[in-house]
Amino acid sequence: MKGNMTTFIDLLLQPLQYEFMQRGMIAAILVGIVCAVVGTYIVLRGMAFFGDALAHTILPGIALGYLISGGARDVLFWWALGTAILAALGIGVISKNSQIKEDTAIGIIFAGMFALGIAMISTVRSYAVDLSHFLFGDVLSVSPQNLWLILIFGGIILLTVFAFYKEFMTLSFDPVLAATLRLPVTLLNNLLLVLIAVTVAVSLQTVGVALMVAMLVTPSATAYLLTHRLSSMMVLAAFFASLSGVIGLYLSYYLSIASGAAIVLTATGFFMLAFGWKKTKGA
Amino acid sequence: MYPHSHHQEDQPILDVRHLNVRYNGYTALENITFHLHAGERVAVVGPNGAGKSTLLKVVAGVLQPSSGDVTIFGSRPGRHVCIAYIPQRSQVDWGFPVSVADVVMMGRSAKLGPLNWPRKRDWEFVQHALETVQISDLASRQISQLSGGQQQRMFIARALAQEAELMLMDEPLTGLDTPSQEGLLDLLDTLREQNVTVMVATHDLEQAASHFDRIMLLNHRMVAFGEPHIALQTGNLLKAYGGRLRTTEDGNIVAVDDCCDEGEYDHVH
Repeated sequence: MKGNMTTFIDLLLQPLQYEFMQRGMIAAILVGIVCAVVGTYIVLRGMAFFGDALAHTILPGIALGYLISGGARDVLFWWALGTAILAALGIGVISKNSQIKEDTAIGIIFAGMFALGIAMISTVRSYAVDLSHFLFGDVLSVSPQNLWLILIFGGIILLTVFAFYKEFMTLSFDPVLAATLRLPVTLLNNLLLVLIAVTVAVSLQTVGVALMVAMLVTPSATAYLLTHRLSSMMVLAAFFASLSGVIGLYLSYYLSIASGAAIVLTATGFFMLAFGWKKTKGA
Repeated sequence: MYPHSHHQEDQPILDVRHLNVRYNGYTALENITFHLHAGERVAVVGPNGAGKSTLLKVVAGVLQPSSGDVTIFGSRPGRHVCIAYIPQRSQVDWGFPVSVADVVMMGRSAKLGPLNWPRKRDWEFVQHALETVQISDLASRQISQLSGGQQQRMFIARALAQEAELMLMDEPLTGLDTPSQEGLLDLLDTLREQNVTVMVATHDLEQAASHFDRIMLLNHRMVAFGEPHIALQTGNLLKAYGGRLRTTEDGNIVAVDDCCDEGEYDHVH
């Protein structure tokens, strides 16, 4: 028995002897927490498609940075951040002032921008490898500098959500109430869009643009099934997301599967369990 | 602090003049003029699509009129936090992860101001509001576990926590069973003692006639506004409801709503 325990601890510790695994773990946990907290609002406000579109729309921005910097990875965070904020506010304006329905407008822009990004990256010879890193993430290549950026910007996001907790809750539950209480509704809506944009930039290296929406909605949806309070939904979502990050990375290490996919599959597994548990309990 | 307007107490609580609301070439409200006194209780009655909800939203300052003036205690509604708008129950996301006390506390968001968290005094406000509407035992319930009548009471408690002086309610009685409706109407009596002015959109002519001081008969234009026996005269009803009105054999007038949720008939004697 004791032998088994030692083996198990060995299995847990062995990957951590590599610094890139340590950094990957920390990044996955931080990104998980940030995505889950912001994702709570995405789930409650029905913005999953917006989040997915936003993640895809930043690809040309990353591609431009990638071409200009000649393949350097560290500067890409800033390109992602700038494009994401621009795209988030841009999608907001277009969907409001368009004669076409909002989801159609978002769909057109999202696919167009995504295609532009792929076209730009395809001009480089090693494009297949690089493209797959942008699409599906490459958490094991997170540099110490990148980790600091994730920590700082993730911290800013969490502080903002904390500071405007009652405003965001009121606005999400009852926009008309927010308006009659004369809260700055437009400002708060745009602030939330910017928060989602920064979250997308922060998470880019961990899960990539194509799987981003899973980190934004899956852990939060899991928590939604299990709790009846907004604050506990955020805490529980953050717990599921960071746990998915850790388990996903071990799976990735031992089964040699792509890290982003392993993290998302773990999060999906938790959702299935919660969904099944809820069904058996409810029925 | 978020911006608040101060009240000029000598002004009527609500003064609406020559109000027009048009969107996309469609006229929702045309030339509406009226005023309300503090503590009054008014029912806004009319067929579906008559512009009742639009009127309430313009008064709440949530919707901008195309022309005309709306003033609350002498100034525009856009900065007043004394107006509570209680939505139709069908427009609320009842799966939202909040307790009854959370929702009532939302009413205090404006008074709290940015970056402040609820203090002891605010929780006492919430507790007191819940006691007034008699659901303090449900404070920690998730909102989906409430009955229709309790849901309405929760929103009235939220309006009380907001310290609202003008309460706008959109079809609060729709879909409630008779005891819940009676309970709610009794509760509105309690509010009158607190000098809260109440404006209710309803399509139940009988309840409007028996429980409200004045009735506004609306069909895009204001057909009549006055005490129930005057406002609900046959000629006025015919003007407001047109072909959807018929006289039964025993002499009662029945307004037949064309697209109502319950497809019910509204009786008036």
